[in-house]
Parts: sequence; structure tokens; C-alpha cells
Amino acid sequence: MSTRTAGSLRTYLITRVVLFVPQVLVILTIVFVLMRVAPGDPVTVALGGQRSPEQLAQLRAAAGYDRSIFVQYWEYISGIVRFDLGTTIVDSRPVTQIFKVNGGATLTLTSSALVIALLIGVPLGLIAGRVRDTGLDAGLRVFGILTYAAPVFFLGLIFQLVFARNLGWLPSSSQASPLVLARVPSETNIFLVDALLAGDSAAFWNGVQHLILPALTLGLLLSGVFMRIVRINLIQTLRSDYVEAARARGVSEGNVVIRHAFRNALVPFVTILGLQVALLLGGAILTEQTFNWNGIGSQLVRYLDSRDYVAVQGIITLVALAVVTASLLIDIINAIIDPRVRY
Amino acid sequence: MATVTQPMPGPGRTPVKGSTRVVRLLRGIARPYRNSHGVGRFMLVTGTVLVVLMLLTAVFAPLIATFGFSQVAGADGQRFMNHAEPGAEHIFGTTTQGFDVFSRVVWGARTAVTVVLLALAFSLFLGVLLGLIAGFVGRWVDRVLVMVMDALFALPALLLAIVVAFLLSEYVGGGASTAALAITAVYVPQYFRVVRAATVSAKEQTYVEAARAMGARPATIMFRYLLTNVIQSVPVIATLNAADAILTLAGLGFLGYGIQPTEAAEWGYDLQRAVSDTGAGIWWTGLYPGLAIVLLVMGLTLMGEGLNETMNPAIRVRRLIPISMPELTAAQRTKAAQVPERDRPGQDRPVDTGGEDRNSREPGSGETGKGGAA
Repeated sequence: MSTRTAGSLRTYLITRVVLFVPQVLVILTIVFVLMRVAPGDPVTVALGGQRSPEQLAQLRAAAGYDRSIFVQYWEYISGIVRFDLGTTIVDSRPVTQIFKVNGGATLTLTSSALVIALLIGVPLGLIAGRVRDTGLDAGLRVFGILTYAAPVFFLGLIFQLVFARNLGWLPSSSQASPLVLARVPSETNIFLVDALLAGDSAAFWNGVQHLILPALTLGLLLSGVFMRIVRINLIQTLRSDYVEAARARGVSEGNVVIRHAFRNALVPFVTILGLQVALLLGGAILTEQTFNWNGIGSQLVRYLDSRDYVAVQGIITLVALAVVTASLLIDIINAIIDPRVRY
Repeated sequence: MATVTQPMPGPGRTPVKGSTRVVRLLRGIARPYRNSHGVGRFMLVTGTVLVVLMLLTAVFAPLIATFGFSQVAGADGQRFMNHAEPGAEHIFGTTTQGFDVFSRVVWGARTAVTVVLLALAFSLFLGVLLGLIAGFVGRWVDRVLVMVMDALFALPALLLAIVVAFLLSEYVGGGASTAALAITAVYVPQYFRVVRAATVSAKEQTYVEAARAMGARPATIMFRYLLTNVIQSVPVIATLNAADAILTLAGLGFLGYGIQPTEAAEWGYDLQRAVSDTGAGIWWTGLYPGLAIVLLVMGLTLMGEGLNETMNPAIRVRRLIPISMPELTAAQRTKAAQVPERDRPGQDRPVDTGGEDRNSREPGSGETGKGGAA
């Protein structure tokens, strides 16, 4: 029996990983086509009017835009395999460098937002599901709808007004105070880690203070979504046969809810977590812009404004890869913890 | 019980004089309101009220707004004060550029409604059409479409909208239709998925087989038989997507890829301008457009969830209606005695008209579709 289970898990994992390749290829192709339907070649669009026609032609040739579209497509795909996404046009920076330098800020923001969302969303969802159809449940559902209905930049703006401007408790923008930023040497490009490595606890604390508002803004957005999902799953679980069976065996209500229902209600939640990565990253673009947070989102907006197609294409490519990889990982984790998924 | 002023059709479907089509349509609209109850009804009615208020604001914007959306001077030619606090002349104050905040919020409703209606129309058309074709034709057409749609679905919604808006603005410039098309790209995959899945299961039904046996052409089967059955699931998704689309539009505006301020008033753009005001303690430029977004999105979400609770057979819980069974005759009683105990129908107790519905309320699967930008 156990060998059969292990076999099916292996089969599932292999199928899932094999399917990953065409999925990624299709996404990459769509990104490529989208960026190439734009009029004009990337070099002219970004630098046209600033350089002479000869210089432009030279730059085009250097970047390979004078070759056929199929050669360019091949270059693009094989470049990704070599982890080479080209060089930005406006400031001649390798695109991967953008992720090295600014990725840390986005990672800090998104991961702390995710933790906040889990800390708020999961317990509230469990409570709402447990006391379903009561006043408390209705109140929590309204909270869920409100966090969804308030755009992150509006919530961020209100937080800035209340906590930064009126109460003066927390700083309203950037990753740390300018002097502190200049003081801490960048090793990992993740500011909080750098501060710790430098042994600068004041800088670390300064970074944490700057992180609270943006992380809370983005975290609240996700917490509403999490709450809804957990609530629904718990309601379903509480009605299932094995919970009924546990009750019939005389297991105390507290034990039924905590040991039998909660844990099983959280399993499908892991599946849905994969879908939220896209929401998290989309929200991060807006949060970064609101709080002047120098992450990938801010860089994307900057390169869009200067019409740098290479940078934009590279950033989109990596974000898409991150989303697809995250959902692959979550599917794998899910298959390991929940045997039902494998079939 | 019903608080809605829609016509209340009697049980016998009596044909009403004149335009029966309109009556049938009104009945169709009234049905969810009549069938809902409890929390579902509360959500449905509250949501509808909010949405109708916003729609009225959008339609009557020229009458409600005190000034134009890009007007910076009064009728006497005197420029408005920049950053004027809310007061008698400007009840919501003025912005950095000297626009009247109240007027921009009101005109913004018109922009939001226009763009979202356009985007809904585009994405419904494309999504339903492609979904029908993929589900009905099958084979490689289906496989290619599914792959492309899944890929689009995997991209963060806002990112996709930004890229499409950015590329379109290179071709046709900004404006309501550009924003609508950018939003369309985000929602087509969702309609596609739903319609395709419904088509695949519907086309195996006997009535489709019968139609095919009678020699109906594929187009006839698709649009006469499948479409009408598949379209049932659309209202709920459309309402929830409209809510999401408002947020996407505002996100685009906030990042500067939406509608430019001289073309129309747009809440997201106004919020972008308002962020830099917070440092000076100016709250009115951001608060009002933000609240407008929250109200409209909340209205649509409540309406969508309310509709879902009454229309989705897997979720709905119907009202309990007490019924009393007629006394059994002697002959029936002897017959009933022969039926084994457990098969006997319930007597003289409230009957859940939804039957088994109660047991299958709210599956988690209905909750995964929402995950757009915010």
C-alpha cells in the first residue's frame, strides 16, 4: 500500500514538473509577442530624438534588433535559460541587476505582508466560520469586503495621514531614513539583513519602523481574501462526515473544532495560496509606488515611463516566472501534505 | 416579504397584455430579489442600492457636479484657490491643480461606469465567444485557447493591464477605450474558463445530441442551445468582475497609465496626486475619491455575493416554508404502512424547499475566481 502511494506521488510530481515547461514557454511567448506588437523598435522608442540616426542604427545592431523576429525570439528564450535578460536601453544595466539590487526591497515588503495577512486572515476566518451566521460573522465578512474594496493606495494614503502625519508614530515613505540608508553597506541588498550584518541595531529598528505601514497596507488587502477562503473551508469541514463522527463518539466540541476541523480546513487553503502570489505582486507595485519603496514595482514604473522595452520585458518575464514557479512549489507542497490532490 | 418594487408574477405564468418580453425580462431581474432572504437579501439589496446610486451619479453628473472636471476658474473668470479647504464654495475642497474635488468625484463616477461597462461588454463578448468555440469545437482549437488563456491568467492582473494600456497608448493614445481594452485583457480568461467548462458539460446533454441528430448546424447548436444554458453563470461573475475592474482602472490611473486628467476625471489619478498632499496634512484631495472607489466596489461586491447566494444552486439556502400535509385517506394509510420506515416522506413539519441544497452550501471552489488587482 505504502509503495503505491509513494509511486503515485512520484507520478504526480513528475507530471506536474513536465507540464511546467510548456506552461512557461507559452507565457514567455505571449510576453514576447505583446512587447513586439508595439510600434517601432525598442531602441528608437527609448532614445529616438536623443541620438543621431547612425548611433541609433549602431545601437540597434548591437542589441540585435536588426535581425529577424525568429532569431530574436530564439535569443530571448535561450537568454532566459542562461539567466540573461538583456541590457536596459536607457541606462545600460543588465536586467538581472535590477532584480539583484531592487529585488530585496520587494521581497521584504511582500514576505512581511504575507506574514501579516496570515496572522490576521487565518484566525479571523476560523472565528467567522465557527460562529457562522451570527453578528460577529457578519461583521467579519464586512471587514473582508472592506479590505478588498479599499485600493491599497487609498489605504496607504489614509495610514500615512493618520499614523505618519497626524499621530507622528511612524515614517511615511522610503525604506529607511536617508542617513541610515547611506550608513549601512549593502551586502545582500535586503536592507534589514544588511543592517543586522553590519551590527547596526539602530538602523535595523529604523528599517522596521519604515516597513510597518507598507507591509500592513499590503497585508490587509490579502488578509480579507485569506479570511474568506478559510471561513468557507471551515464551514465545509465542520459539516463533513468525520466531524459528525467525532461528535458522535463524544469528542468534546473544542477538540472537534481544533483537532479535527481547523487542521483539515487549512489544507485547501494552501492550494489557494498559489493564486494569491499574483495578487501579492500586483499589490506590491501599487504599495511601492504609494510608499516610495524602491523595489521592482517602482523600477517597472520608472522604465515604463522612459519607454525602455527591454527593461519592461525583462521585469515582466521574471515576475511571470516567479508566479508560475510559486504555484508549482505550492502544488508540490500540497501534493505532499494532502494525498487527495494526487489523484 | 419582498421589498423590491418589481412586478410580482403569480404562479400560473399568466400572459400579461402587451410586451411579454419586457415583462419576462423584469421577472428575470426580480427573481433573485424575491428568492433571497436573510444575509443574502441584505447583501443583495444594500449592494444594489449603492450601485444604483453610483449609476445615477454617473448619468446625472452634469446636473450634480458644481463645476467641470477640468475647470480651474469660476464663471466670473476668477481662478479657484489651490488646496482650498472644504467650505461653502467647494464642499470637498480643491486640489493642487485647483480642481474642485466634489466635481471630480462626481465626474469620476461617469468615467468609472463608462470604462467598466465597455470593458465588461468587450470581455463578455470575447470570453463567451472563445469559450463556446473552444468547448464546442474541442481538439487543437481548445488546447491552444486553453493554453493561451491559462498563461494570461497566470500573469498578475495589474501587470497585464499596465502592459496592454502602455502598448495601446503608443498606438491610439489614452482614453476610456484604451483603459477598457486593458481591463478586457484581464477578464477575458475568466469568462473563457467558465463558459468553456459549462459548454463542455452541456454539449454531452441529450438535447444537444437531439439537435445534432435533427441536422442543426454547429452555429445553431452553439448559439441557440448552448449559449442560453451557459449564460446562466455569467451575472454573478460579471458583477464581481465589475468590482475588480473598478480597482484595476483606479490602479492604472494611480500609476499614470489610465485616463489623463484633461480627458475625464478619474479617481485613481486623483489619488496619485493626493499622495504627495498627505505630508502637508491635506486630507480632502485623497479621502473623497478613495471613498467613492470603496463605495462602488463594495456595492458591486455585495451585489455579486448576494446574487451568488440566491442564484448558485450549490450555495443557496432557501426560505423555510411551513406546509401541512393533507390527512391521509384510509387507503393511503395502508399503503404507507407497507413502505419501510426510513423511506416514508416527512409529515407535518417545516420543509426546506431547497431540498438537499442546505447540505451543500458554500463550497470553497466558488471562491477562487477573485484575485485581481486592488
